[in-house]
Amino acid sequence: MTSDDRIYSKEHEWVMIESNIATVGVTEYAATELGDVVFIELPEPGAQVGQGDAVGTIETVKSVEDLYCPLTGEIVEINEAVLDAPELVNESPLDDGWLFKLQFSDHGELDNLLSAADYDAMIGG
Amino acid sequence: MVPFAGFEMPVQFEGLNFEHAAVREGVGIFDISHMGEVRVRGAGVESWLDGLSTNRITGTAPGKVVYTAMCAPGGGVLDDMLIYRLADHDWLVVCNAVNRGKIVDWLAERGRGVAGVAAEDASARTAMIAVQGPESLVLMSRLAALADVRERLTELDFYAALVLPRPEDDWIVSRTGYTGERGYELYIPWRAALPLWEELLAEGDDLGVAPVGLAARDTLRFEMGYSLYGHELSGDWTPLEAGIGWAVRLRNREFVGAEALRAQKRAGVPRRIAGLEVHGAPAGVRSRPAPIARQETPVFAAGKQVGFVTSGTKSPSLNRSLALAMLETGRGEAELEVEVRGKRYPATVTSVPFLAPRVKGDPRAARGQPTP
Repeated sequence: MTSDDRIYSKEHEWVMIESNIATVGVTEYAATELGDVVFIELPEPGAQVGQGDAVGTIETVKSVEDLYCPLTGEIVEINEAVLDAPELVNESPLDDGWLFKLQFSDHGELDNLLSAADYDAMIGG
Repeated sequence: MVPFAGFEMPVQFEGLNFEHAAVREGVGIFDISHMGEVRVRGAGVESWLDGLSTNRITGTAPGKVVYTAMCAPGGGVLDDMLIYRLADHDWLVVCNAVNRGKIVDWLAERGRGVAGVAAEDASARTAMIAVQGPESLVLMSRLAALADVRERLTELDFYAALVLPRPEDDWIVSRTGYTGERGYELYIPWRAALPLWEELLAEGDDLGVAPVGLAARDTLRFEMGYSLYGHELSGDWTPLEAGIGWAVRLRNREFVGAEALRAQKRAGVPRRIAGLEVHGAPAGVRSRPAPIARQETPVFAAGKQVGFVTSGTKSPSLNRSLALAMLETGRGEAELEVEVRGKRYPATVTSVPFLAPRVKGDPRAARGQPTP
Protein backbone atom coordinates (compact mmCIF):
# COMPACT_ATOMS: atom_id res chain seq x y z
CA MET A 1 0.00 0.00 0.00
CA THR A 2 1.39 3.35 -1.06
CA SER A 3 1.75 6.13 1.51
CA ASP A 4 -1.07 8.69 1.32
CA ASP A 5 0.91 11.50 2.98
CA ARG A 6 2.19 12.52 -0.47
CA ILE A 7 1.27 12.60 -4.15
CA TYR A 8 2.74 10.79 -7.12
CA SER A 9 3.82 11.24 -10.73
CA LYS A 10 3.19 8.78 -13.53
CA GLU A 11 7.00 8.53 -13.76
CA HIS A 12 7.05 6.84 -10.32
CA GLU A 13 8.17 9.80 -8.22
CA TRP A 14 6.63 10.81 -4.93
CA VAL A 15 6.14 14.50 -4.09
CA MET A 16 5.69 15.80 -0.55
CA ILE A 17 4.33 19.33 -0.36
CA GLU A 18 5.08 21.78 2.47
CA SER A 19 3.70 25.22 1.50
CA ASN A 20 5.57 25.99 -1.75
CA ILE A 21 8.44 23.51 -1.31
CA ALA A 22 8.12 20.07 -2.91
CA THR A 23 10.41 17.22 -1.82
CA VAL A 24 10.86 14.58 -4.52
CA GLY A 25 11.96 10.96 -4.44
CA VAL A 26 11.21 7.69 -6.20
CA THR A 27 8.46 5.33 -5.08
CA GLU A 28 9.02 2.02 -3.35
CA TYR A 29 7.58 0.34 -6.43
CA ALA A 30 10.13 2.08 -8.68
CA ALA A 31 13.02 1.35 -6.30
CA THR A 32 12.15 -2.35 -6.38
CA GLU A 33 11.63 -2.44 -10.14
CA LEU A 34 14.90 -0.63 -10.79
CA GLY A 35 17.05 -2.99 -8.77
CA ASP A 36 20.29 -1.91 -7.13
CA VAL A 37 21.01 1.74 -7.88
CA VAL A 38 24.73 2.33 -8.47
CA PHE A 39 24.86 5.97 -9.59
CA ILE A 40 22.67 9.07 -9.44
CA GLU A 41 22.86 12.43 -11.19
CA LEU A 42 20.83 15.30 -9.72
CA PRO A 43 20.20 18.85 -10.98
CA GLU A 44 22.29 21.73 -9.61
CA PRO A 45 20.72 23.83 -6.85
CA GLY A 46 19.42 27.01 -8.46
CA ALA A 47 18.46 25.27 -11.70
CA GLN A 48 15.15 26.33 -13.23
CA VAL A 49 13.20 23.20 -14.13
CA GLY A 50 9.87 22.50 -15.81
CA GLN A 51 7.22 19.90 -15.09
CA GLY A 52 8.13 16.75 -17.01
CA ASP A 53 11.76 17.80 -17.69
CA ALA A 54 14.48 15.16 -17.43
CA VAL A 55 16.59 16.63 -14.61
CA GLY A 56 18.82 13.71 -13.66
CA THR A 57 19.50 10.01 -14.04
CA ILE A 58 19.24 6.89 -11.96
CA GLU A 59 21.62 4.18 -13.04
CA THR A 60 21.59 0.46 -12.27
CA VAL A 61 23.80 -2.22 -13.77
CA LYS A 62 20.96 -3.07 -16.14
CA SER A 63 19.85 0.40 -17.25
CA VAL A 64 20.03 4.18 -17.09
CA GLU A 65 16.68 5.85 -16.35
CA ASP A 66 15.84 9.54 -16.63
CA LEU A 67 14.66 11.30 -13.52
CA TYR A 68 11.71 13.55 -14.37
CA CYS A 69 10.75 16.72 -12.58
CA PRO A 70 7.17 16.55 -11.29
CA LEU A 71 6.65 20.35 -11.02
CA THR A 72 7.91 23.61 -12.51
CA GLY A 73 10.17 25.65 -10.26
CA GLU A 74 13.68 26.18 -8.92
CA ILE A 75 15.84 23.49 -7.33
CA VAL A 76 16.58 24.67 -3.80
CA GLU A 77 18.31 21.63 -2.28
CA ILE A 78 19.63 18.25 -3.35
CA ASN A 79 20.31 15.20 -1.20
CA GLU A 80 24.11 15.00 -1.17
CA ALA A 81 23.89 11.74 0.77
CA VAL A 82 22.35 9.81 -2.13
CA LEU A 83 25.13 11.02 -4.43
CA ASP A 84 27.60 9.42 -2.02
CA ALA A 85 25.46 6.36 -1.32
CA PRO A 86 23.03 5.66 -4.19
CA GLU A 87 21.89 2.49 -2.39
CA LEU A 88 19.84 4.78 -0.08
CA VAL A 89 17.27 4.88 -2.89
CA ASN A 90 16.76 1.14 -2.47
CA GLU A 91 17.10 1.05 1.30
CA SER A 92 14.93 4.03 2.14
CA PRO A 93 13.18 5.42 -0.94
CA LEU A 94 10.60 7.40 1.02
CA ASP A 95 12.86 8.94 3.69
CA ASP A 96 16.68 8.98 3.58
CA GLY A 97 16.61 8.34 -0.16
CA TRP A 98 14.83 11.59 -1.10
CA LEU A 99 16.43 13.25 -4.13
CA PHE A 100 15.78 17.00 -4.38
CA LYS A 101 13.60 19.87 -3.17
CA LEU A 102 12.17 22.50 -5.43
CA GLN A 103 10.32 25.73 -4.88
CA PHE A 104 7.23 25.79 -7.06
CA SER A 105 4.59 28.44 -7.75
CA ASP A 106 1.97 26.92 -10.04
CA HIS A 107 -0.33 24.97 -7.74
CA GLY A 108 -2.45 24.13 -10.79
CA GLU A 109 0.27 21.67 -11.85
CA LEU A 110 -0.57 19.55 -8.82
CA ASP A 111 -3.68 18.43 -10.73
CA ASN A 112 -1.38 16.52 -13.09
CA LEU A 113 -0.17 14.36 -10.21
CA LEU A 114 -1.83 11.31 -8.70
CA SER A 115 -3.27 10.46 -5.31
CA ALA A 116 -1.90 7.38 -3.54
CA ALA A 117 -5.04 5.46 -4.55
CA ASP A 118 -4.70 6.50 -8.21
CA TYR A 119 -1.00 5.62 -8.21
CA ASP A 120 -1.75 2.22 -6.71
CA ALA A 121 -4.36 1.65 -9.41
CA MET A 122 -1.82 2.62 -12.08
CA ILE A 123 0.80 0.11 -10.87
CA GLY A 124 -1.87 -2.50 -10.41
CA GLY A 125 -1.39 -2.59 -6.62
CA MET B 1 12.88 -12.24 -20.82
CA VAL B 2 14.59 -10.71 -23.84
CA PRO B 3 15.09 -11.88 -27.42
CA PHE B 4 18.70 -13.00 -27.95
CA ALA B 5 20.01 -14.52 -31.18
CA GLY B 6 16.63 -16.08 -31.95
CA PHE B 7 16.06 -17.33 -28.39
CA GLU B 8 13.96 -15.91 -25.57
CA MET B 9 16.49 -15.55 -22.77
CA PRO B 10 16.07 -14.64 -19.10
CA VAL B 11 17.93 -11.47 -18.02
CA GLN B 12 17.57 -12.38 -14.37
CA PHE B 13 15.73 -14.68 -12.01
CA GLU B 14 16.14 -13.68 -8.36
CA GLY B 15 18.29 -10.65 -9.15
CA LEU B 16 21.69 -9.89 -10.61
CA ASN B 17 23.65 -9.50 -7.38
CA PHE B 18 22.07 -12.57 -5.80
CA GLU B 19 22.82 -14.72 -8.85
CA HIS B 20 26.34 -13.34 -9.17
CA ALA B 21 27.11 -14.08 -5.52
CA ALA B 22 25.62 -17.57 -5.79
CA VAL B 23 28.15 -18.46 -8.50
CA ARG B 24 31.11 -16.86 -6.68
CA GLU B 25 30.27 -18.46 -3.33
CA GLY B 26 28.06 -21.50 -4.00
CA VAL B 27 26.69 -22.77 -7.27
CA GLY B 28 24.59 -21.41 -10.12
CA ILE B 29 23.07 -23.04 -13.19
CA PHE B 30 22.73 -21.49 -16.64
CA ASP B 31 20.56 -22.58 -19.56
CA ILE B 32 22.88 -21.68 -22.43
CA SER B 33 21.20 -23.83 -25.08
CA HIS B 34 21.46 -20.86 -27.45
CA MET B 35 25.15 -21.65 -28.02
CA GLY B 36 26.04 -23.11 -31.42
CA GLU B 37 27.40 -26.67 -31.64
CA VAL B 38 28.97 -28.09 -34.79
CA ARG B 39 29.99 -31.74 -34.72
CA VAL B 40 32.84 -32.48 -37.12
CA ARG B 41 33.91 -36.02 -37.93
CA GLY B 42 36.59 -37.54 -40.11
CA ALA B 43 40.26 -38.36 -40.43
CA GLY B 44 41.00 -34.96 -41.99
CA VAL B 45 39.49 -32.79 -39.27
CA GLU B 46 42.59 -32.27 -37.12
CA SER B 47 44.71 -30.55 -39.76
CA TRP B 48 41.72 -28.83 -41.35
CA LEU B 49 40.60 -27.22 -38.07
CA ASP B 50 44.21 -26.27 -37.35
CA GLY B 51 44.22 -24.35 -40.63
CA LEU B 52 41.23 -22.30 -39.50
CA SER B 53 42.18 -21.65 -35.88
CA THR B 54 44.44 -19.04 -34.27
CA ASN B 55 45.33 -21.49 -31.49
CA ARG B 56 47.08 -24.79 -32.14
CA ILE B 57 44.62 -27.64 -32.70
CA THR B 58 47.05 -30.22 -34.06
CA GLY B 59 48.18 -32.52 -31.29
CA THR B 60 45.16 -31.96 -29.05
CA ALA B 61 44.60 -35.19 -27.13
CA PRO B 62 41.19 -36.87 -27.19
CA GLY B 63 39.22 -35.62 -24.19
CA LYS B 64 40.82 -32.16 -24.27
CA VAL B 65 39.35 -28.76 -25.06
CA VAL B 66 41.04 -25.78 -26.71
CA TYR B 67 39.99 -22.14 -26.60
CA THR B 68 40.61 -20.47 -29.95
CA ALA B 69 39.38 -17.89 -32.42
CA MET B 70 38.78 -18.13 -36.14
CA CYS B 71 39.69 -15.20 -38.35
CA ALA B 72 38.82 -13.91 -41.79
CA PRO B 73 41.78 -13.65 -44.18
CA GLY B 74 42.20 -9.98 -43.20
CA GLY B 75 42.65 -10.94 -39.53
CA GLY B 76 39.26 -9.80 -38.24
CA VAL B 77 37.71 -12.16 -35.71
CA LEU B 78 34.86 -14.33 -37.02
CA ASP B 79 34.20 -15.75 -33.55
CA ASP B 80 35.87 -17.20 -30.51
CA MET B 81 35.05 -20.78 -29.60
CA LEU B 82 35.87 -23.98 -27.78
CA ILE B 83 37.06 -26.92 -29.84
CA TYR B 84 36.66 -30.36 -28.26
CA ARG B 85 38.49 -33.44 -29.41
CA LEU B 86 35.97 -36.05 -28.31
CA ALA B 87 37.79 -38.95 -29.99
CA ASP B 88 40.49 -39.30 -32.64
CA HIS B 89 38.16 -38.41 -35.49
CA ASP B 90 35.28 -36.82 -33.62
CA TRP B 91 35.31 -33.11 -32.80
CA LEU B 92 32.91 -30.51 -31.44
CA VAL B 93 33.11 -26.78 -32.22
CA VAL B 94 31.14 -24.59 -29.80
CA CYS B 95 30.54 -21.04 -31.00
CA ASN B 96 28.50 -18.02 -29.96
CA ALA B 97 24.79 -18.03 -30.78
CA VAL B 98 25.01 -14.70 -32.62
CA ASN B 99 27.67 -16.18 -34.92
CA ARG B 100 26.25 -19.64 -35.42
CA GLY B 101 25.07 -19.06 -38.99
CA LYS B 102 28.32 -17.38 -39.93
CA ILE B 103 30.48 -20.16 -38.47
CA VAL B 104 28.32 -22.97 -39.92
CA ASP B 105 28.60 -21.33 -43.35
CA TRP B 106 32.34 -20.70 -42.90
CA LEU B 107 33.02 -24.33 -41.97
CA ALA B 108 30.88 -25.53 -44.89
CA GLU B 109 32.69 -23.23 -47.31
CA ARG B 110 36.17 -24.12 -46.07
CA GLY B 111 35.31 -27.82 -45.87
CA ARG B 112 33.99 -28.16 -49.40
CA GLY B 113 36.02 -30.78 -51.24
CA VAL B 114 38.28 -31.45 -48.26
CA ALA B 115 38.75 -35.19 -47.79
CA GLY B 116 37.84 -36.69 -44.42
CA VAL B 117 35.82 -33.75 -43.06
CA ALA B 118 32.06 -33.94 -42.40
CA ALA B 119 30.57 -31.05 -40.42
CA GLU B 120 27.04 -31.11 -39.05
CA ASP B 121 25.24 -28.26 -37.25
CA ALA B 122 23.97 -29.98 -34.11
CA SER B 123 22.74 -26.76 -32.46
CA ALA B 124 19.01 -27.39 -32.79
CA ARG B 125 19.09 -30.80 -31.13
CA THR B 126 21.66 -29.91 -28.48
CA ALA B 127 20.83 -28.24 -25.18
CA MET B 128 23.58 -26.82 -23.00
CA ILE B 129 23.54 -26.30 -19.25
CA ALA B 130 26.41 -24.78 -17.28
CA VAL B 131 26.92 -25.59 -13.59
CA GLN B 132 29.33 -23.06 -12.10
CA GLY B 133 30.69 -22.22 -8.68
CA PRO B 134 32.79 -23.66 -5.84
CA GLU B 135 30.01 -26.18 -5.06
CA SER B 136 29.59 -27.27 -8.68
CA LEU B 137 31.36 -30.60 -8.28
CA VAL B 138 29.21 -31.50 -5.27
CA LEU B 139 26.08 -30.80 -7.27
CA MET B 140 27.30 -32.56 -10.41
CA SER B 141 28.19 -35.65 -8.37
CA ARG B 142 24.58 -35.97 -7.29
CA LEU B 143 23.20 -36.26 -10.82
CA ALA B 144 21.75 -39.71 -11.51
CA ALA B 145 22.87 -39.63 -15.14
CA LEU B 146 26.51 -39.17 -14.06
CA ALA B 147 26.45 -41.79 -11.29
CA ASP B 148 28.61 -44.23 -13.26
CA VAL B 149 31.32 -41.62 -14.01
CA ARG B 150 31.49 -39.90 -10.62
CA GLU B 151 35.15 -40.74 -10.12
CA ARG B 152 36.17 -39.55 -13.58
CA LEU B 153 34.16 -36.38 -12.99
CA THR B 154 36.04 -35.70 -9.75
CA GLU B 155 39.36 -36.10 -11.54
CA LEU B 156 38.36 -34.16 -14.64
CA ASP B 157 40.99 -31.51 -15.42
CA PHE B 158 40.32 -27.95 -16.41
CA TYR B 159 39.59 -27.85 -20.16
CA ALA B 160 38.97 -31.60 -20.33
CA ALA B 161 35.79 -33.43 -21.32
CA LEU B 162 33.98 -36.73 -20.84
CA VAL B 163 31.85 -38.29 -23.56
CA LEU B 164 29.02 -40.45 -22.27
CA PRO B 165 27.42 -42.51 -25.05
CA ARG B 166 23.63 -42.56 -24.65
CA PRO B 167 20.98 -44.15 -26.88
CA GLU B 168 19.54 -40.88 -28.23
CA ASP B 169 22.73 -38.84 -28.45
CA ASP B 170 26.04 -38.50 -26.61
CA TRP B 171 26.16 -36.56 -23.38
CA ILE B 172 29.29 -34.40 -23.16
CA VAL B 173 30.52 -32.99 -19.86
CA SER B 174 33.48 -30.62 -19.72
CA ARG B 175 35.24 -28.65 -17.00
CA THR B 176 34.80 -25.34 -18.72
CA GLY B 177 32.80 -22.19 -18.19
CA TYR B 178 32.47 -18.47 -18.56
CA THR B 179 32.57 -17.38 -14.92
CA GLY B 180 36.12 -17.99 -13.69
CA GLU B 181 34.86 -20.40 -11.03
CA ARG B 182 35.24 -24.17 -10.96
CA GLY B 183 32.48 -25.32 -13.20
CA TYR B 184 31.10 -27.69 -15.76
CA GLU B 185 29.25 -27.47 -19.03
CA LEU B 186 26.89 -30.21 -20.19
CA TYR B 187 25.87 -30.83 -23.80
CA ILE B 188 22.77 -32.98 -23.88
CA PRO B 189 19.89 -33.88 -26.23
CA TRP B 190 17.25 -31.16 -25.91
CA ARG B 191 14.68 -33.59 -24.53
CA ALA B 192 16.90 -34.24 -21.52
CA ALA B 193 17.28 -30.54 -20.68
CA LEU B 194 14.17 -29.81 -18.64
CA PRO B 195 14.38 -32.93 -16.43
CA LEU B 196 18.09 -32.22 -15.86
CA TRP B 197 17.38 -28.57 -14.98
CA GLU B 198 14.77 -29.66 -12.45
CA GLU B 199 17.08 -32.31 -11.02
CA LEU B 200 19.82 -29.67 -10.57
CA LEU B 201 17.40 -27.34 -8.75
CA ALA B 202 16.14 -30.14 -6.48
CA GLU B 203 19.54 -31.70 -5.76
CA GLY B 204 21.15 -28.31 -5.21
CA ASP B 205 18.53 -26.96 -2.85
CA ASP B 206 20.69 -27.38 0.28
CA LEU B 207 23.63 -25.80 -1.61
CA GLY B 208 21.59 -22.71 -2.40
CA VAL B 209 21.69 -23.38 -6.15
CA ALA B 210 20.53 -20.37 -8.18
CA PRO B 211 19.34 -20.23 -11.77
CA VAL B 212 21.39 -17.48 -13.42
CA GLY B 213 20.31 -15.12 -16.20
CA LEU B 214 22.17 -13.19 -18.87
CA ALA B 215 22.84 -10.16 -16.66
CA ALA B 216 24.91 -12.09 -14.11
CA ARG B 217 26.47 -14.23 -16.85
CA ASP B 218 27.84 -10.95 -18.19
CA THR B 219 29.12 -9.54 -14.87
CA LEU B 220 30.74 -12.89 -14.02
CA ARG B 221 32.65 -13.08 -17.31
CA PHE B 222 33.46 -9.37 -17.18
CA GLU B 223 35.20 -9.58 -13.79
CA MET B 224 37.47 -12.25 -15.23
CA GLY B 225 38.23 -10.14 -18.31
CA TYR B 226 36.87 -12.82 -20.63
CA SER B 227 36.19 -11.45 -24.09
CA LEU B 228 32.68 -11.33 -25.52
CA TYR B 229 31.93 -11.26 -29.22
CA GLY B 230 30.29 -7.96 -30.19
CA HIS B 231 32.19 -6.25 -27.37
CA GLU B 232 35.92 -7.07 -27.09
CA LEU B 233 35.84 -9.33 -30.14
CA SER B 234 34.81 -7.99 -33.52
CA GLY B 235 35.27 -8.54 -37.23
CA ASP B 236 36.69 -5.00 -37.26
CA TRP B 237 39.87 -5.86 -35.39
CA THR B 238 42.26 -8.74 -34.80
CA PRO B 239 42.58 -11.14 -31.86
CA LEU B 240 45.93 -9.46 -31.06
CA GLU B 241 44.09 -6.19 -30.54
CA ALA B 242 41.21 -7.91 -28.77
CA GLY B 243 43.38 -9.15 -25.91
CA ILE B 244 43.35 -12.84 -26.78
CA GLY B 245 46.86 -12.82 -28.24
CA TRP B 246 47.70 -15.72 -25.92
CA ALA B 247 45.35 -17.85 -28.07
CA VAL B 248 47.17 -16.88 -31.27
CA ARG B 249 50.03 -19.25 -32.17
CA LEU B 250 51.91 -18.00 -35.22
CA ARG B 251 55.17 -19.94 -35.02
CA ASN B 252 55.47 -22.64 -37.73
CA ARG B 253 51.75 -22.53 -38.44
CA GLU B 254 49.54 -21.50 -41.30
CA PHE B 255 45.90 -20.65 -40.76
CA VAL B 256 43.38 -18.29 -42.31
CA GLY B 257 44.36 -14.81 -41.16
CA ALA B 258 47.89 -15.75 -40.07
CA GLU B 259 49.58 -13.54 -42.68
CA ALA B 260 47.58 -10.50 -41.60
CA LEU B 261 48.34 -11.18 -37.94
CA ARG B 262 52.07 -11.59 -38.65
CA ALA B 263 52.07 -8.31 -40.53
CA GLN B 264 50.30 -6.57 -37.67
CA LYS B 265 52.76 -7.98 -35.16
CA ARG B 266 55.69 -6.79 -37.29
CA ALA B 267 54.23 -3.31 -37.66
CA GLY B 268 53.23 -3.13 -34.00
CA VAL B 269 49.75 -3.73 -32.65
CA PRO B 270 48.17 -0.26 -32.79
CA ARG B 271 45.58 -0.69 -30.04
CA ARG B 272 44.64 -3.21 -27.41
CA ILE B 273 41.93 -4.02 -24.93
CA ALA B 274 42.83 -2.72 -21.47
CA GLY B 275 41.11 -2.67 -18.11
CA LEU B 276 39.92 0.69 -16.76
CA GLU B 277 38.61 1.84 -13.42
CA VAL B 278 36.29 4.82 -13.61
CA HIS B 279 36.39 7.29 -10.72
CA GLY B 280 33.63 9.56 -9.51
CA ALA B 281 36.00 12.49 -8.98
CA PRO B 282 39.66 13.40 -9.62
CA ALA B 283 42.23 12.16 -7.10
CA GLY B 284 42.25 14.31 -3.98
CA VAL B 285 38.62 15.32 -4.35
CA ARG B 286 36.15 13.65 -2.03
CA SER B 287 35.28 10.52 -3.93
CA ARG B 288 31.80 9.76 -5.10
CA PRO B 289 30.48 6.66 -6.81
CA ALA B 290 31.33 6.64 -10.50
CA PRO B 291 28.86 6.09 -13.31
CA ILE B 292 29.10 2.99 -15.45
CA ALA B 293 31.09 3.56 -18.64
CA ARG B 294 29.10 1.41 -21.05
CA GLN B 295 29.99 0.09 -24.50
CA GLU B 296 31.12 2.87 -26.91
CA THR B 297 31.83 5.38 -24.13
CA PRO B 298 34.73 7.47 -25.52
CA VAL B 299 38.08 7.48 -23.67
CA PHE B 300 40.29 10.58 -23.74
CA ALA B 301 43.92 11.35 -22.93
CA ALA B 302 44.90 15.04 -22.74
CA GLY B 303 41.63 15.97 -24.41
CA LYS B 304 42.11 13.69 -27.42
CA GLN B 305 40.04 10.56 -27.93
CA VAL B 306 42.33 7.53 -27.66
CA GLY B 307 39.79 4.75 -27.47
CA PHE B 308 36.35 3.52 -26.51
CA VAL B 309 34.79 1.21 -23.98
CA THR B 310 33.84 -2.29 -25.17
CA SER B 311 32.19 -3.48 -21.91
CA GLY B 312 31.59 -1.68 -18.64
CA THR B 313 29.73 -2.40 -15.44
CA LYS B 314 29.76 -1.99 -11.72
CA SER B 315 31.55 -5.12 -10.56
CA PRO B 316 29.28 -6.88 -8.06
CA SER B 317 32.24 -8.61 -6.36
CA LEU B 318 34.47 -5.53 -6.14
CA ASN B 319 31.87 -2.74 -6.02
CA ARG B 320 33.91 -0.65 -8.47
CA SER B 321 32.98 0.92 -11.81
CA LEU B 322 35.18 -1.00 -14.25
CA ALA B 323 35.48 -1.22 -18.01
CA LEU B 324 37.28 -3.02 -20.78
CA ALA B 325 38.31 -0.51 -23.42
CA MET B 326 40.05 -0.53 -26.79
CA LEU B 327 42.92 1.92 -26.31
CA GLU B 328 45.66 3.19 -28.58
CA THR B 329 48.93 1.46 -27.68
CA GLY B 330 51.09 3.50 -25.30
CA ARG B 331 48.27 5.23 -23.44
CA GLY B 332 48.54 3.17 -20.28
CA GLU B 333 50.42 5.82 -18.31
CA ALA B 334 48.33 8.75 -19.39
CA GLU B 335 45.69 10.38 -17.25
CA LEU B 336 42.55 9.15 -18.90
CA GLU B 337 39.00 10.36 -18.87
CA VAL B 338 35.75 8.80 -19.98
CA GLU B 339 32.77 10.83 -21.12
CA VAL B 340 29.40 9.69 -19.78
CA ARG B 341 26.29 11.70 -20.64
CA GLY B 342 28.37 14.76 -21.52
CA LYS B 343 30.52 14.74 -18.36
CA ARG B 344 34.15 13.69 -18.07
CA TYR B 345 35.22 11.35 -15.28
CA PRO B 346 38.80 10.29 -14.45
CA ALA B 347 39.81 6.74 -15.36
CA THR B 348 42.94 4.72 -14.66
CA VAL B 349 44.31 1.63 -16.38
CA THR B 350 44.00 -1.40 -14.13
CA SER B 351 45.12 -5.00 -14.59
CA VAL B 352 42.89 -7.67 -16.06
CA PRO B 353 41.40 -9.95 -14.80
CA PHE B 354 39.80 -7.51 -12.38
CA LEU B 355 39.22 -10.36 -9.98
CA ALA B 356 42.15 -12.68 -9.19
CA PRO B 357 41.94 -15.97 -11.14
CA ARG B 358 39.77 -18.40 -9.21
CA VAL B 359 40.90 -21.60 -10.88
CA LYS B 360 44.47 -22.74 -11.32
CA GLY B 361 45.57 -22.79 -14.94
CA ASP B 362 42.70 -20.72 -16.32
CA PRO B 363 44.12 -19.84 -19.73
CA ARG B 364 41.67 -17.02 -20.30
CA ALA B 365 42.27 -15.32 -16.96
CA ALA B 366 45.78 -16.19 -15.80
CA ARG B 367 47.51 -14.74 -18.83
CA GLY B 368 45.44 -11.63 -18.52
CA GLN B 369 45.88 -8.85 -20.98
CA PRO B 370 48.95 -6.70 -21.29
CA THR B 371 48.38 -3.09 -20.43
CA PRO B 372 48.89 -1.02 -23.55
